[in-house]
Amino acid sequence: MSSTHAGSHPKYLQHHFGTAVQQEESSKLGMWVFLLTEVLFFGGLFCAYAVFNAWYPETFVNAHKSLSWQLGAVNTIVLITSSVTIALAIRSMQLGRKKATFRLLLATVLLAAVFLVVKYFEYSHKIHLGQLPGNLYTYTGIEGTNPHIFFSVYFMLTGLHGVHVVAGIIAISWMMYRVSRDEFSAEYYTPIELTGLYWHLVDLVWIFLFPMLYLIG
Amino acid sequence: MSHDSTAVLSYLKEPKGLKSWLLTVDHKRIGIMYLTAIMFFFFVGGALAVVLRTELFRPERILMDADTYNQFFTLHGAIMIFLFIIPSIPAALGNFLLPLMIGAKDVAFPRLNLASWYVYVFGALFCLYSIVSGGVDTGWTFYAPYSTTTSTSVISMTLGVFILGFSSIFTGLNFIVTIHKLRMPGMTWFKMPLMVWGLYATAIIQVLATPVLAITLVLLIMERVLGIGIFDPAMGGDPVLFQHFFWFYSHPAVYIMILPGMGIISEVIATFSHRKIFGYRPIAYSSLGIAFVSFLVWGHHMFTSGQSEIAAMIFSFLTFFVGIPSGIKVFNWVATLYKGSVSLETPMIYALMFLFLFMIGGFTGIMLGALALDVHLHDTYFVVAHFHYVMMGGTVMAFLAGLHYWWPKMFGKMYSEAWAKIVAIIVFVGFNMTFFTQFILGAKGMPRRYYTYLDQYQPLHGFSSVGAWVLGLGFLIMAIYLIASFFNKRPVGANPWGGLTYEWETSSPPPQHNFLTDPVLAHGPYDYDKVSVVGEYYRSRGDKPTVAEKV
Repeated sequence: MSSTHAGSHPKYLQHHFGTAVQQEESSKLGMWVFLLTEVLFFGGLFCAYAVFNAWYPETFVNAHKSLSWQLGAVNTIVLITSSVTIALAIRSMQLGRKKATFRLLLATVLLAAVFLVVKYFEYSHKIHLGQLPGNLYTYTGIEGTNPHIFFSVYFMLTGLHGVHVVAGIIAISWMMYRVSRDEFSAEYYTPIELTGLYWHLVDLVWIFLFPMLYLIG
Repeated sequence: MSHDSTAVLSYLKEPKGLKSWLLTVDHKRIGIMYLTAIMFFFFVGGALAVVLRTELFRPERILMDADTYNQFFTLHGAIMIFLFIIPSIPAALGNFLLPLMIGAKDVAFPRLNLASWYVYVFGALFCLYSIVSGGVDTGWTFYAPYSTTTSTSVISMTLGVFILGFSSIFTGLNFIVTIHKLRMPGMTWFKMPLMVWGLYATAIIQVLATPVLAITLVLLIMERVLGIGIFDPAMGGDPVLFQHFFWFYSHPAVYIMILPGMGIISEVIATFSHRKIFGYRPIAYSSLGIAFVSFLVWGHHMFTSGQSEIAAMIFSFLTFFVGIPSGIKVFNWVATLYKGSVSLETPMIYALMFLFLFMIGGFTGIMLGALALDVHLHDTYFVVAHFHYVMMGGTVMAFLAGLHYWWPKMFGKMYSEAWAKIVAIIVFVGFNMTFFTQFILGAKGMPRRYYTYLDQYQPLHGFSSVGAWVLGLGFLIMAIYLIASFFNKRPVGANPWGGLTYEWETSSPPPQHNFLTDPVLAHGPYDYDKVSVVGEYYRSRGDKPTVAEKV
């Protein structure tokens, strides 16, 4: 594909771009547009949350008390920290420090894993109590109309977010593999930067979810 | 790329082999692959339509029972909307043309482009699976709560549509970045062909609206699997919320269908009027205007759903605004035709048909947007006729205009102009017989989606069904002459119609990387007042050089 212009251009430059700058700007714009679609994807669920919170305000206040705000807070700190480590990873690559980049990416993946472990304990506790979405809801201890809807919204929102965390782990691991193969340099690090942007969005969504689900009332 | 001018192989010839097609990252080949796929689904959806109309020829049973009828109209709608119209112009023609028109070697993300085709095929397989596993009987809108309780294959169908959404988002994202970053030197925003403006506005809608449909379908699937109770009123959920979500996508989706069509019409009318397009900037801005307004009007689908009266009034009011940018476009096209030296080749005939049919579709849309009138016409054949005039009379006619206009560019072959004109007339007659009749049926109170009807409606239903057969015949002949064109030995030349946009600067069909030398903009897309150009098609017929005569 890139055989035509090989020689005078760096090897990461794809043939249909004129310059590395053009390629980098295109990649970044593409990522921002993709993140916009992600925001709207979550937007539907945020909207559903707003509607049912307005319909059943008491239920939502009562139901949120069954969530552990302590665990939510721990996860918030974990995710914010991981946003810092990935930002530092990008910075390291800009300075050409490949080993540091690799380690910081590894730290990010580990923090993401910690997030999922905490989530696992939260979920299994809920499943144990029968605080589940819709038809599966069997718990009797929450007062108010249709408490199962709160848990439907909770599981849909955190579940979709969790899927994004898993996707993030895969993406960051892929970046680690590429760093280890020496594909990046101080001149070319766009894929890591874009992965970082994605990871910040995952973090940001959680920063909205935490107060909405754990701290209302 | 070979700079040897004696042997320039087209993208169709080089590289060779099935694998080179299936793994291609060339936007032109991907466009052709999309074209093949969507034409297949147009055929499937069209065949379903002919069967439906045949069943409705008389009120009693002719071909099928009521349940089968419900599945057939659902499949007709779902296939035509999600598998044909939405991807038709952007993914097939747009993919082929966008980089050529802006002088780029490819789209910004060629591999993502190929992925979008596979995602489309993957989603389409789910939809086809729904057909063989018993069909879907909800209507293409999948309204809750019926869609949460019916025993038909709603999950595989909605999953298919969910997957198709990603294909649409990938295409839109790719186009936005391509238009922003890959224009040739000298091509400023206001030197872009209007087709590109149409694709740009379309891409914005694809990117902003599709994710909302995606999450809605996820929720619907969850509703069926787990009974999450968000849309099911029996569980405390809100079925009207489904409608809000659904139309937040699906109303803008109507403009995903029509905006690139309007782009085609701008190109065709300028080329075949041989005249600088009137009001370039208003046409460009009105594309963005339509895209913007499209997000504000979804509630007009829900006038009778039980949403608040004040909401209905606001949506009615906002709906009228779509008429402004649409009117701007139509008046500018008419003004371009005025004193142009119009040549009535097949693409132009379809463009004029578009103008006529789209105006009927548009005006009846304003009627339906009027709150009081809609309460009477809601869910009648009037609505069916309206959206067929907009989607088929609008988008499909524009698609056919584009297909005939760029056919020589895509394949280097010219179809039989005489047969093409005959078919255009058959399609026009068949279309109006089928759907104009339905305006009358609807105004008389015939509800849509009914398997049977009162005897008093039979003459109109019968006439409409005959129209559908005429229309079907027209499309069959079209398939024959288009396929026959591949055996045409005469070369068409780079620029058969005498167009000034940049896709005509390269050979027909284009070489592998679009242009042999990097293009630099020399003239605007419609500078017929400054540049004299005669199409090879007219030259071969010995026609007078229309442009030079005018200036």
